[in-house]
Amino acid sequence: MADPMRIRASMQGDKVLVRVLMSHEMETGQRKDESGKIVPAHFIQNVTVTHNGKTVLSAEWGPAVSKNPFLQFQFAGGKVGDKIQIIWTDNKGGTRTDEAVVN
Amino acid sequence: MEEVVHFDRRRREFLKTAGTTAAFGALAAANLAWPGTALAQGAWNAKAFSSKSLSDVVKAYGGAGAEPTNDVSWGSTPEIAENGAVVPISVTSRIPNTESISILIEKNPNALAARFQFPQGTDPTVSTRVKINQSSNVHALIKTANGKFYVATREVKVTIGGCGG
Repeated sequence: MADPMRIRASMQGDKVLVRVLMSHEMETGQRKDESGKIVPAHFIQNVTVTHNGKTVLSAEWGPAVSKNPFLQFQFAGGKVGDKIQIIWTDNKGGTRTDEAVVN
Repeated sequence: MEEVVHFDRRRREFLKTAGTTAAFGALAAANLAWPGTALAQGAWNAKAFSSKSLSDVVKAYGGAGAEPTNDVSWGSTPEIAENGAVVPISVTSRIPNTESISILIEKNPNALAARFQFPQGTDPTVSTRVKINQSSNVHALIKTANGKFYVATREVKVTIGGCGG
C-alpha cells in the first residue's frame, strides 16, 4: 500500500483550493536498472476528486507525470467542514483513497 | 505463431483481470453503491496516451483538429527548467465552457502527459509537475463542452532531461 496522500483543502474567497501530494514512483517503463533490464512502467492512471460525494475533478495520467505527483485546482460551492475525497488507481491495479476536510 | 497467439491471449486475460481489480478496489474504497460515475471517470484512453503527436491525441479524443488560441495563461510554468524530471506546469483556460485541459510534451516518447476534466463549478485551471525529456514545445489542449478543440503552445527549455536513469 502506498503512503497516504497529503491533501490541503482551504477556502480562498468563495472557492475551495485543493492541493495534493501523492506518493508514487511514476515509473516510465523507459528506464533501465543496473543490470540493463527495463524497469516496468508503474504509474497512476486515474485520479478522481469528490466534494461531499460529487466529482469536482477527474484526471487521466500517463507516466510523464513526475514522481510523487502534485496537483492543484479549485472549485466553487464548498465551505469549511466539507469533505474532500481523492482516489487514485495505477496501471498495476494499485489504488489509494484519502480524505480531508475543508478549512 | 502458436506461441504468440497464446501469449497474447494470456496478456489480454491479465489486463482484463488487472482492470477489474483496479475498478473494484476503487469502488470498494470509495464506498459507492453504484459504479456508474466512478467507472465512467475511470476511463483511461490508451490510444491517446500512446500517441506521438498533438493531432493523434486530438483524434483519440474524437476531434478532427485543434484551433490555436491565446486564451490560455501558463501561470508558474517556467521557460527554462533545470531539472526535466520535475517541471511545474500550470494552465488556466479563459475559453468559455472548457471541459478538459490536456498537457502534451511534443518531444517526449509519448506526447500526452495528463488530462484533467472539469465538471461545472470547477475552475478550468490546474497545476501539476511533469517530466520533460528534452527542450520541447508544451501544448495545452482544451476541449469545450460543445466538442471543439483549442491549443496553446509554449516552449520549455530543459537543462537536464527527465526520462533517463
